[in-house]
Amino acid sequence: MQFDLTEEQEAFRAVVRDFAVTSIAPRAAEMDATGEFPVDLVHAMGDLGLFGLPFPEDLGGGGSDYLTYCIAIEEIARVDASMAITLEAGVSLGAAPFVYFGTPEQQKRWLPDLVSGRRLGAFGLTEPEAGSDAGATRTTAVRDGDEWVVNGAKTFITNSGTPITQNVTITAVTSRDAGGRPQITNIVIPAGTEGLVVESKYAKMGWRASDTHGLVFQDCRVPADHVLGAEGDGFRNFLRILDEGRIAIAAMSVGMAQGCLDEASRYATERVAFGRPIGKNQGVAFRVADMATAVDAARLLTYRAAWLRDQGRSFKKEAAIAKLYASEAAVDATRSATQIFGGYGYMDEYPVSRMYRDAKVLEIGEGTSEIQRQLIASELGL
Amino acid sequence: MNIVVLVKQIPDPAGPQELNADHTLKREGKLILDESDSYGVEIALQLRESAGGGDVTLVSMAPNGETSGLRTALAMGADDAILVGDDALPGAAALTTAKVLAGAIGRKQYDLVIGAVESSDGYVGVVPAMIAELLGLPSLTFAKKIDIDGSVIRIERQTEAGYDEVEGALPALVSVTAGVVEPRYPSFKGIMAAKKKPLEQVTVADLGVSVPGFNGNEEVTSVEDAPARAAGEKIEDDGTAFERIVAFLDEQKVL
Repeated sequence: MQFDLTEEQEAFRAVVRDFAVTSIAPRAAEMDATGEFPVDLVHAMGDLGLFGLPFPEDLGGGGSDYLTYCIAIEEIARVDASMAITLEAGVSLGAAPFVYFGTPEQQKRWLPDLVSGRRLGAFGLTEPEAGSDAGATRTTAVRDGDEWVVNGAKTFITNSGTPITQNVTITAVTSRDAGGRPQITNIVIPAGTEGLVVESKYAKMGWRASDTHGLVFQDCRVPADHVLGAEGDGFRNFLRILDEGRIAIAAMSVGMAQGCLDEASRYATERVAFGRPIGKNQGVAFRVADMATAVDAARLLTYRAAWLRDQGRSFKKEAAIAKLYASEAAVDATRSATQIFGGYGYMDEYPVSRMYRDAKVLEIGEGTSEIQRQLIASELGL
Repeated sequence: MNIVVLVKQIPDPAGPQELNADHTLKREGKLILDESDSYGVEIALQLRESAGGGDVTLVSMAPNGETSGLRTALAMGADDAILVGDDALPGAAALTTAKVLAGAIGRKQYDLVIGAVESSDGYVGVVPAMIAELLGLPSLTFAKKIDIDGSVIRIERQTEAGYDEVEGALPALVSVTAGVVEPRYPSFKGIMAAKKKPLEQVTVADLGVSVPGFNGNEEVTSVEDAPARAAGEKIEDDGTAFERIVAFLDEQKVL
């Protein structure tokens, strides 16, 4: 067994932490209040090489392993969930499909601006009546000469309506097999395509500076070469994207839980009640100890899943376990931190109230906790 | 354009610090790149880029073969490094340090030597000028801006009132003030590349430098804690507090 990160991973963690603390943390509260999408911070993260981090250098990436990418997400999430999800969605959902399924021509055309963080990609899977139940996908694409004509709607699509959005890669039914089952294909819809309607931004409980929209496709036409991967492979391909994305969401959860632990430990040491720091009371101290235990366990599960992926081994079950445990640990940690802060924990003035609102969706996005349990159970043969 | 940057590796200022029995700072364990020096590294990288080529070489003196701070500067983009380590060096006084660093700089062909005005741990502030003297270079100090025009170097020299324009001929030594540029973050690619960059470790004997007994010319006789701040005066506002505040500021001659 070897639990140490490499020197380079530790060095890069220090770089990302410094950037997060210096450039993102001071703006997190204001971004949460205004809901404004900070293009300049995305570009700064791009300059740091974060948007291409886990991709090969010949595609303009940073050539890191997935674990290093997870460490970067963790460090951003420690100070701000909105920027962490913007990065995670930009990399795991926006750029990854081109890296894994794109032809060299498609990679050359779409990737340079995505891996540099100059522009953002989005992934459109969820529909008003279909999420993880992808078989219920209603959005269709019909071939018409040299074009595909897309009709349908997508919901909750991260990074889909920013001023720098380059494209949305969607799942659409392109045919049905003999048994009537939908054959799903990935199609790239460039931002600004006629017939692509970006609905106004959702009002959300958390992740407020993250950009989330519903999309409607009305006879939206794209050239035939905008199909990503083979026709009919869309279902299998997006499962691969989601499996990996779960590890990244787990990493984000670890970062948020760590952020809560840091805040709660500090406050429990500083805040004095009845003549001594509140952390001297077992009721508070044990709660902080439980947070530390959960953060540690979540981090180990997450790094193990990332490591398996980096070894080229199967990681489906482990990714689901990491995502399930870490996201629930993050929600628990925000609840504990808010409780330890007492009345101040309910005030926007302290970051824990924002974290409390930001954490909940970790148990929902990229597969709910229930879907993770179903997946784990099915991997166990149940 | 070949540039040598003087880089000090120091204990992390965020951590607890301890002194040795001879009142010098303990430098065991990991040392980081002195933030004061990160500005010089950034300026060197920018000068190299605008010159369209050349090498940026780091020169450092540190105990225990410590290279963490140098790796950070190499990850930012410096090309190579020389580290002087010697069992006799810990606690070396400023002149000894200057002689050793000058000896190491002399191993390279250079157009410019850049250093920080002073380190963040020692704050002695004389090493750059001493090195210039030892190497026979023009010494341009307290630079907040550097321009190179052929073989002429012009700096803006920070003063209390503003800045002076100072000109010299290359090769020269420049000390730069903190905060004048935004040091770049190392990228992951840079961090990986830094592992493979040349880092030469040498001893004082390798440099052929003679020093007057490493600490022979300077001794720290005692160290005192900084005096605690005296309590300030509290002014309760009865509607006229502003008058007393103005009077106080006037008395301090800050108005």
